[in-house]
Amino acid sequence: MAEGVITLTIDGVPVSVPPGTLVIEAAKQAGVLVPHYCYHPGLEVAGVCRMCLVEIEKAPKLQIACATTVTEGMVVKTQTVQAKDARQGVLEFLLINHPLDCPICDQAGECELQDFVFQEGRAATRYGEFAKRFNPVEDFGPDILYVPNRCILCTRCVRFMEDLAREPVLNVSERGDRAFVGIHPDARLDHPWAGNVVDLCPVGSLLSKDFLHKARAWELDKTPSICTGCSQGCNISLDTREEVVVRVRPRSNLEVNQYFICDHGRMHYPWMNRGDRIEAPLVKHNGELRATDWEEAFDRVVTILRGAAGGGKAVAIVSPGASSEALALVKRLLSGFDWKGAFQVVMGDEAPLPGVPNLALRAERVPNAKGAERLGYTRDYAAALAAAATASVVFVLDDPDCGVQTAGALIYAGTVLPAESTCRNADVVLPIANVAEEEGTFVNRDGREQRYFPAKPAPGMAQPAAWVFGELVAAMGLAEAQR
Amino acid sequence: MGFPHQPHPKETVVLSQYFGDPDARTYKGWVKRGGYEALRNALATAPAAVVEQVKESGLRGRGGAGFPTGLKWSFMPKAKTRPHYVCVNADESEPGTFKDREIMRWTPHALLEGAAIAAHAIQAEVVVIYIRGEFTEPWAITEKALAEADAAGVFGTIKVYLHRGAGAYICGEETALMNSIEGKRGNPRIKPPFPAVAGLFGMPTTINNVETLAAVPHILNRGAAWYRGLSLSNPQSTGTKLFSVCGHVQRPGNYEVTLGFPLKDLLYDLCGGPLPGRTLKACIPGGSSVPILTREETEACLLDYEGVVASGSMLGSGGVIVFDDSTDMVYQIMRLARFYAHESCAQCTQCREGTAWTTKILERILAGQGKTEDLDLLLDLSENMTGKTICVLSDSCAAPIVSGIKKFRGEFDAYLAGARSPVPVG
Repeated sequence: MAEGVITLTIDGVPVSVPPGTLVIEAAKQAGVLVPHYCYHPGLEVAGVCRMCLVEIEKAPKLQIACATTVTEGMVVKTQTVQAKDARQGVLEFLLINHPLDCPICDQAGECELQDFVFQEGRAATRYGEFAKRFNPVEDFGPDILYVPNRCILCTRCVRFMEDLAREPVLNVSERGDRAFVGIHPDARLDHPWAGNVVDLCPVGSLLSKDFLHKARAWELDKTPSICTGCSQGCNISLDTREEVVVRVRPRSNLEVNQYFICDHGRMHYPWMNRGDRIEAPLVKHNGELRATDWEEAFDRVVTILRGAAGGGKAVAIVSPGASSEALALVKRLLSGFDWKGAFQVVMGDEAPLPGVPNLALRAERVPNAKGAERLGYTRDYAAALAAAATASVVFVLDDPDCGVQTAGALIYAGTVLPAESTCRNADVVLPIANVAEEEGTFVNRDGREQRYFPAKPAPGMAQPAAWVFGELVAAMGLAEAQR
Repeated sequence: MGFPHQPHPKETVVLSQYFGDPDARTYKGWVKRGGYEALRNALATAPAAVVEQVKESGLRGRGGAGFPTGLKWSFMPKAKTRPHYVCVNADESEPGTFKDREIMRWTPHALLEGAAIAAHAIQAEVVVIYIRGEFTEPWAITEKALAEADAAGVFGTIKVYLHRGAGAYICGEETALMNSIEGKRGNPRIKPPFPAVAGLFGMPTTINNVETLAAVPHILNRGAAWYRGLSLSNPQSTGTKLFSVCGHVQRPGNYEVTLGFPLKDLLYDLCGGPLPGRTLKACIPGGSSVPILTREETEACLLDYEGVVASGSMLGSGGVIVFDDSTDMVYQIMRLARFYAHESCAQCTQCREGTAWTTKILERILAGQGKTEDLDLLLDLSENMTGKTICVLSDSCAAPIVSGIKKFRGEFDAYLAGARSPVPVG
């Protein structure tokens, strides 16, 4: 036996895990999912749903896998008649007061109650004609509804608010089969991280008002991405339905955000679907921007850069929401210039999740300031804007509200071009994809480089910024230039 | 029987010696009767020696589980690195049980003395006595006794607190009781860790029943061998025990007998037997949570931990509930199930839903609307409710249902067949 390792057998599969590991976690390593409701790896163990009962050799009765730690030589069996009967019993008890309203429930399709009942529940009820428990839907918070009839009292939400958010506004009220999740009469579920209770809820009892009836779970495509709401770099999933982002959910990353995201990040998506996008490259003809193809747009940019190169001054005003790849290529494109690059950081209040170390909605509400800084872009935004006035070439990367004025040439690459934007004075406008439409890298505040992937196509002729600047770098013959 | 009453000759009066004697409630009166002698001696003895004496006596927990008290005390860490606590379970809420109430009403100093001895034995500085909320009189008496004993300084450095419950049955479960003291919802905790490792406020804790602790001064005064000698049948069950007899007997009340005493003699001699013209039908020997015994089983049962198990039930808390032939067993079982459904803490699925569902089925049977498959369903649900939850409340609901159906099936069948007129259940 190796030092500091415990070897046990789960359903005949031997696994080796560190001492102190819970049986339910060891089982995952053996490829065995022990059905469970109250257990969640990010929360304190409660051991109340009693769903994860398993047989352990030499134990006098069934044990819950979520509260039993492994011991050397332990033999765990999850598929014995006894264990299966116990789980079927729990499922039956959970269903007697459940409304079975899956057809109108948002959780259907990603519901653990549904899944496990299909897997090993009874085919028919034995509850008969007794009335089911009924409690009205409650408005818990700005984005949260509580449907008590669907609640299985796993207490994940209660524990999240108590142990992680440290704002214990939820509890289990009443006793026996009258019990329900209660909220403090003077409180709202409006903690900056409260939305996680919706993800934690294994059934459709806690619902997001934002997502309510928007889509069925099986219609969604899920794409791994990185939250752009702040510099924390939480790992998320962009859930799209017919190429529209309809929901943002956390993706687990124990190093960054564990299993959670804040409400700011959760709601930081509608702009990804905005309709007023630039859909074609625009070039200036006789003082007016006209739609054209990429070839002409690139030719115009190359002409401008060649004309101004050789000791000329260039300024890049960039968005710290742009990918590191795009930012690097902008920098390379301007390598022949005396260049200056800067970005602006929008600030807000910091909102930590107290129960998780180093996890907060950060005051810096941008995803890639660190990446931009690593490439030599500075926070000296005002100075860059001032320098832009006299520069021969000014690049603006997706910062239409920067208010830039220049006597030189202005090239704007962006997703939108608002009516009042000074970028309307650009000589060339290059339509680019937004974060949901491209692949790229952000560097979070701790210097962690993280990839994100396209969840939907870019509109019209828009292309990822990295592709646009890559083409320009090649056209300028700078592909081999020093970084 | 209310007190004062003359003990029956067959009783062995130890704990109940001063029941009915108001003078014994006072500090001076208790000292006059030899009180606090044991505590004084214990404080001058090494803790381990006190534990050894209690172990030697064979004393077992009187709250229900019957765990050897000295062994429990010996589980506490010997090397003390953190605060230790003694919790006294005075939540006596098991239906049919009312012995701790009498101990606190008449001999509160016996409890205080026993608790302080326990504190010394396990090196605890604090004792918390958790008294059932409805016990207004025992509370007032114990509170007064504590004030007097404190004023006399008998506890030395040990601090004794009283904590009042708020009326939840589940707070009699030891870890729920600790949560309740800590100001949390009274939910039982997952074990392990056991209280001796992480109990009250996460510190090593020993929790004992009132009657258990009240016996300790007697053991120290009269010796472990004397206590060990008090045993009528099995040597594993020693000492005397108070039995609270209620229901259909002529003289219900608290009776103290040596363990191993025949249940038949308790009911027929001490309690005067069934009411005139009635015969014994069934008996729950250890509080509502244990299986029901038939008349035959009752009359053959010896009242010690092993004897009651051999008869098919458990000694439990010693709350003896007696039913005569006028009793509708189906109704009684429904009442028990309804109690558990009301008191389930709602943590575990099987208990929260199972206790309520079984109650509904029993009510349906009583209302004359039972279905033929209902009894099998009840048995199957009871199986799912047994041995699968954090505490044993769910098991306690299932026990009378299973034993009731097994032993009094005819009464259930009569309702199912429409041979018995429906009973309105509100």
